[in-house]
Parts: sequence; structure tokens; C-alpha cells
Amino acid sequence: MERKVVITGMGIWSCLGKTLDEVRNSLYTGKSGIIFSQERKDAGFRSALCTNVERPDLKPFLPRNQRQFLPEEAQYAYIATRSALENAKLDQDYLDSHEVGILYGNDSTAESTMRALDKFREFGDTSACGSGAIFQSMNSTITMNLACLFKLRGINLTASGACASSSHAIGLAYLLIRDGLQDCIICGGAQEANMYGVASFDGLQAFSIREDAPEKASRPFDRDRDGLIPGGGGATVIVESLESAVKRGAPILAEIVGWGFSGNGDHISTPNVAGPARSLELSLKHAGLSPRDIGYINAHATSTRAGDGREAMAIAQIFGDYKVPVTSTKSQTGHEMWMAGASELIYSMLMMKNHFIAGNVNFENPDDETACINVIPETREADFDTFLSNSFGFGGTNSTLIVKNVK
Amino acid sequence: MTRNEIIEQVNSVLADEFEVEASAFLPEANVKETLSLDSLSLVDLVAIIQQTYKIKIPVTDLRSIQTFDDLYTYIETHLPQ
Repeated sequence: MERKVVITGMGIWSCLGKTLDEVRNSLYTGKSGIIFSQERKDAGFRSALCTNVERPDLKPFLPRNQRQFLPEEAQYAYIATRSALENAKLDQDYLDSHEVGILYGNDSTAESTMRALDKFREFGDTSACGSGAIFQSMNSTITMNLACLFKLRGINLTASGACASSSHAIGLAYLLIRDGLQDCIICGGAQEANMYGVASFDGLQAFSIREDAPEKASRPFDRDRDGLIPGGGGATVIVESLESAVKRGAPILAEIVGWGFSGNGDHISTPNVAGPARSLELSLKHAGLSPRDIGYINAHATSTRAGDGREAMAIAQIFGDYKVPVTSTKSQTGHEMWMAGASELIYSMLMMKNHFIAGNVNFENPDDETACINVIPETREADFDTFLSNSFGFGGTNSTLIVKNVK
Repeated sequence: MTRNEIIEQVNSVLADEFEVEASAFLPEANVKETLSLDSLSLVDLVAIIQQTYKIKIPVTDLRSIQTFDDLYTYIETHLPQ
């Protein structure tokens, strides 16, 4: 028998804020987290735009010998997870006495790997890498660290699916819980925000060069978009069976009702329409919903010419003449990549719980492709009970989550 | 470098790296215990000495370094001329 799967806690550390309240306010007011980085310009970046993400101070929480294993992205994941556990009213006693898992999205450890190998090459000695290097440089660094720090004994797995990583992580958790294999899983995604993680990406000329107006640079679906802005941080959601949540008296925020996924089987970086459309279609089918049941779509749209246009066409193909409200919160956050599936689920949750849709800032004019969907340019009050969140990635990996409000 | 300069610098570097007050670094104090070194973080002691003094401490030598005084002496006698 399939079980209901609910979200009982959220925690985030992003360029829009370090608490749910801060992030909600930033979303509502259309605040941009995007800045110009002189460091990146001096280092040779074509585009020195990035997001302003503060590094958390973990000294009050963890001794040196545990922090030693945490690269930047795992620090974000740790602090977001602490908040999510608190939000879900899950304490260490509960984690110690129940089988709780972790499924987290991550797809790079560039800076930590680079720094360790720089030491190795400088000193010609592997010990020079230090004790933390191996644990910091493996792609599963977040799940391996957090599982030990929070003493988790359930599934312990990293999902690497490019910019859909954390959406896939949540989708997988949904399946495991729905089918009774786990009761509670810590889910999320994190993204290193340092320049080394995205230097080669900048080399592809994929980033916006609107450096004179950072807040105007990320403009998903807009006719004059010229590329994405790399972001970062961490976002965690607690995914749990309804039975488990009820039994422990947890706050039940929403229900995950559907997950769709697909592969494009096409170009490594250029998306198509058919793949995302199948992901959308499958998520609705699994949820047992029709397009008109969806009150809001949080789009993947990153502000690139090809990606936004094809996503718009995929949405239009599935939703037909129903002009569902669509926005991309990347207009405020830039592209949070491995973190985006989880962070955008949280952004959408905050909108749904607080009765608004955050405007797709900088959307001034559609182009021929993006004109086929209903992009909401300015924040507006809105009551919706079900949203859909898209995440797509390099290699043509697509993931779509559908979440329903629980009042 | 004089022995006193070595002591001062080593204490400063280790206090910073391992987040322990340098006042705990008594000459006869056990290095591993004082710095809370386990089998993994012992590697960081080797790395920090290597990076600071260009001295590689082999495992066999590491076993003979028990106290801070042993460590100061090891560095003093192995400093590149």
C-alpha cells in the first residue's frame, strides 16, 4: 500500500536569507541576491556576477576535528539541516532512537579538491593534503559528513544529477517513503559558491555579462536574457511518512504528491522540449492530477536563451490553454544548481504558505518562445494549494516535483 | 632560528590549526593528547610542520615524538640549513 509522504521541516542558507522568515520577505519584496565580484574579475572570469552567500560559522556547533571534513558546500548543508531539524521538531534523541536517512543532492567539490591537490603538487607528498582532503573532495561529502554528525542510520546517499540533483534526491526519498522502505529522510541540496566551482562553466560563456547592473542580470524568460548567474548555499527539507509525522506530533507543512523524471537522450548542454515535457507529464500522472490542479509552477528557467525557451514550450505543450502562473525564482537567486531543486521547493512552499507568488523580476518582454506561458512579473497575492517545481540539468536529466498544501 | 623562536612559532601555528590555547603546550605535555589528535588529525600535524618548516616527519619518527619538547627538538635538528 502506498503511503502519504509529507514535508515536516525546512531550513535554508541562501543569498535571500538565512532563516525562512528572511527568505520569505526577500521573495515577497523581489530582493536580488546577485552581486558583482571584483575577485572573479581579477581572476579572469568573463562574467564576474555571482551571489552574495555568507559562510556560516560552525565553531559554536562542531569541534575542529569534525569541521575539518566539511568543504564549503557541506557547511551550507549542515547549517540548513540544523534549521530544518529544528523546524521539524526533530531532536538528537529522536535521531538516536529511529532509523532516519539522508538523501542529498551535490555534484561538485571543486575548491576542496583543487586545494588538496595544490598542496600535493607543491610539496610532492600526499600527507600535505591533510586529513580532511579525501572526505572533502568526494562527491558524497555532504551525506557522509551529515550522516556521521547527526548519527543517521537510514539510507545514506548522494544524488548527482547536475542541476536537478536535489530535486532527484527529494523524488527518490518520496518513493522510498511512499513504498514503506523508510519513514523519515533528511533531503536537500547544496552548492559551493566559490569561483573555482564555476570557472570552467564561465569558460563556456554561459553567464550573463550584464555586469553594470547585477540586479538586472538574471532575467528568466525575458526577451533580453543573456545567460545565468551562478549561485550557492544549502537547502534542506525533512521528508516523512504521514504516519511518522502524526505519531511524533510533527508540524505537517505539505504533501509531496508526485515526482516525474526523464532523460533527453540528446545534447549534453542544449536542452530540448520533449524531455522536460515528459517529466512534467509523468509528475502529473503519478500525482493523479490534471494540469488545472496546479496553481503555480516554479520553473527551472535559468535565464539562458535556449533553456528558458524550451522549458516554456514544454510547459505550454502540457498545460495547453490553461495559463498556469509561472515564475523562476532564479531571477532573484541566480542558479543555485545542485541546491536548486531543494531551495526552489522551499521558495515555493514559502509562497504557498504565505499566500503570494514572488514575481519573476526583470521579466519585461517575452520572446516568441516564452510568450506561450503566463510569466508573473511582479509579486502578487495568490492562494494556491498545489505547485509544481521543475529542475533540469546537463546531460538532459529532468526532474519535476508536485507538492500539495496541508493546512 | 633559535630554539625559543621555534617554540614560539610552533605554539602559535599549532594553537591556530588545532584551536587549543598555546598556554596548554607545556614542554612535557603529550602532543597527541593536548591537541586531541586521532589517527586522522595526526596527518594534519605532519602537514602543518611540512608546510611551515619544509620538514617531512616519517611515521617512524612520528612515534618517537611524544611531548612538545620532543617536537621542538625534532624541528630544531631537522631544519633545512
